[in-house]
Amino acid sequence: MKEHILPAIKLSLICILFFSGIYTSLIWGIAQFSPNQGKGFVVKDRDHIYYENIGQAFYSDQYFWSRPSAVSYNAAGSCGSNKGPSNADYLALVQSRIDTFMVHNPGIKKFDIPVDLITASGSGLDPHISPEAARIQVKRIANKRHLTEEKINNVVNECIEKPFLGLFGPEKVNVLRLNLKLEQL
Amino acid sequence: MLYTELLGVLLFFLASFVLAIPLGKYIARVYAGEKTLLDPIFNPIERTFFRLSGIDASRQMNWKQHLLALLTINMIWFLLAMFILMNQSWLPLNPDGNPNMSADLAFNTSISFIVNCNLQHYSGESGVSYFSQIFALMFLQFVSAATGMAAAAVLFNAMKERISDKLGNFYDYFVKSATRILLPLCVIVSVILLFRGTPMTWEGKDSIITMEGDTVQVSRGPAAAFVAIKHVGTNGGGFFGVNSAHPFENPDYFTNIVEMIAQTIIPFAMIFALGFYLKRKRLSWMIFSVMTLGFALLVIPTIISEVQGNPAIDAMHVDQSLGAMEGKEIRFGAAASAYWSIITTVISTGSVNAMHDSTMPVSGLTQLLSMMVNAIYGGCGVGVLNFYIFIILGVFISGLMVGRTPEFMGKKIEAREVKIAMIVALFHTFLILGGTALAAFIFTLHPDIGWLNNPGFHGFSEMLYEYTSSSANNGSGFEGLGDNTPWWNISTGIILLLSRFIPIIGPIAIAGILANKKYIPESAGTLKTDTGTFGLMVFAVMVIITALSFFPALTLGPIAEYFSLYSF
Repeated sequence: MKEHILPAIKLSLICILFFSGIYTSLIWGIAQFSPNQGKGFVVKDRDHIYYENIGQAFYSDQYFWSRPSAVSYNAAGSCGSNKGPSNADYLALVQSRIDTFMVHNPGIKKFDIPVDLITASGSGLDPHISPEAARIQVKRIANKRHLTEEKINNVVNECIEKPFLGLFGPEKVNVLRLNLKLEQL
Repeated sequence: MLYTELLGVLLFFLASFVLAIPLGKYIARVYAGEKTLLDPIFNPIERTFFRLSGIDASRQMNWKQHLLALLTINMIWFLLAMFILMNQSWLPLNPDGNPNMSADLAFNTSISFIVNCNLQHYSGESGVSYFSQIFALMFLQFVSAATGMAAAAVLFNAMKERISDKLGNFYDYFVKSATRILLPLCVIVSVILLFRGTPMTWEGKDSIITMEGDTVQVSRGPAAAFVAIKHVGTNGGGFFGVNSAHPFENPDYFTNIVEMIAQTIIPFAMIFALGFYLKRKRLSWMIFSVMTLGFALLVIPTIISEVQGNPAIDAMHVDQSLGAMEGKEIRFGAAASAYWSIITTVISTGSVNAMHDSTMPVSGLTQLLSMMVNAIYGGCGVGVLNFYIFIILGVFISGLMVGRTPEFMGKKIEAREVKIAMIVALFHTFLILGGTALAAFIFTLHPDIGWLNNPGFHGFSEMLYEYTSSSANNGSGFEGLGDNTPWWNISTGIILLLSRFIPIIGPIAIAGILANKKYIPESAGTLKTDTGTFGLMVFAVMVIITALSFFPALTLGPIAEYFSLYSF
């Protein structure tokens, strides 16, 4: 073992220098040419700056709501609920989300509520909702903002992001972009 | 909608498969020391590595010397990582002012990254500094993956048709794995991630005011470089707490495809590399087919159960056409998350893009089974080693059935080799069941100990999953488990060590012993090991060992939960 110790220490230090030092610097150097220099994609709205990929909590009736979150959309951390599918407390929580949603959205049918609006995301920071989750909120927002449902629906349709290359994965809507568009109406 | 999600899943598999064959050819050339395109770049770099560390990379080692070199350098990494993690508060690059790790957490984290497991009992945003992330954890992600691959290279060398105890040089295999295989792939992956929104900055948390007027913080960091090696090296330890479910760590469906391929490609390629290296492509195809059969049997029910959704939520009469979305992200959807959960458990990556704790009982069962078998594709290098054990057992049992001395690759398999193989296979079972039994016992004595996030059968699954993940060196978790306590940190730390090094030492010892035995050329009476019949034999051995070992434990966890959730 003795004969291996010194070479192993030296080799480890060189590997740290190379993989942690040089490789990281190389990627950081390339990041300087990427959008916003690798500090996360941002959306600018007048004097406000938001992160495009980090979801925000929306709870006013005038905005499209995001999904429930285990960290209330504070991206200082990230967490899912980690509730198991058979957990009774969890199922009661989901039921209460349905009830709350029904109160705030009179006139919609319960079996139209898409599951993403009543379940917490994995990261607690999910920036997206499904197109169905956006559409079901149109009526409430139209009433609140005194606009026609058609107008709001158009905003939703503009914001739907198609599957990757039109072929792979689900459709989705970025809630932040959707609400920013809504404010411009 | 569902159709595009399923198409995505098909793409993950086919793209990885298509890319893995040429990569396997390249890996075989690297280990055989043949000319490759990257020689002009890496020859001078590697010469510098060896000159500065005073290593003669051409010195041939036997299997014992290989293991000695491997274990020594791993021990040094442990001390180094412990030091950094326990002193990170005053070391540089700590803009968020994160505190030092406690001794038991640093013990668990160091071991976990050294053994390529990346069980994380801390959360990336608040538990480690950027210095620790890059100079301790990411460094270990490179070298632990390279260690596994070097061990596989020794196995390749030992399987050659000849009599020899000279099995190449450990440092040579190790450095080449890191520089020539891992590094180029990491550069490609991290650049793609950068341009799709993964951060790469040394700045600390940002504070923003949301549209609703709340003040929140946003964690950032040098993530792109880290996330690349996390997948390419099948490490799985995330930069952020929720791993690849985090919208910075895995910003969209395209990055999900890239990260999926990144973690699948080396385990696939190593299987083909074996065939190219030994010029026995049929053997590779046999291994790959057996593994793919096992994989399909695990992944299909998982996708079905996740796409169908939670029956308890169905009972609330809402629209569950998106599938079981608790703990999942909209940009990936139920099918891609289900597929990922099986890839990451068979391959021992352990990164997640959805929370496994919230998946359906069938998925919990298949995720556990993936890690219990632990020989389908497998981690960087060690996948081949694990499967080798099952081949040895398969050869032995078939030999007994036809009444002939078992042979594999022209070497007689005798009592000593079979004993080693059996110890390795049963040790995995022992660590999982022993650990879970102890933890469950402690829990029954102290039901208010606060470990579990879910009651009943699912709570038991959380404990079972933690030890299974540790023993499979996987690193994913049913993260509801409150695992940053001395009990979990120390007990899983010990299991991690044993379950990493025994399955490396065992196969290398067997292969080393066999390499030195008399070579018997194949004849009409030789059991052919590259046929479908033998493949099914190995598959049967895997199924029988796993079923006999784990069925009772699984019955108490996911199977019981299944019958409580679905009423008949």
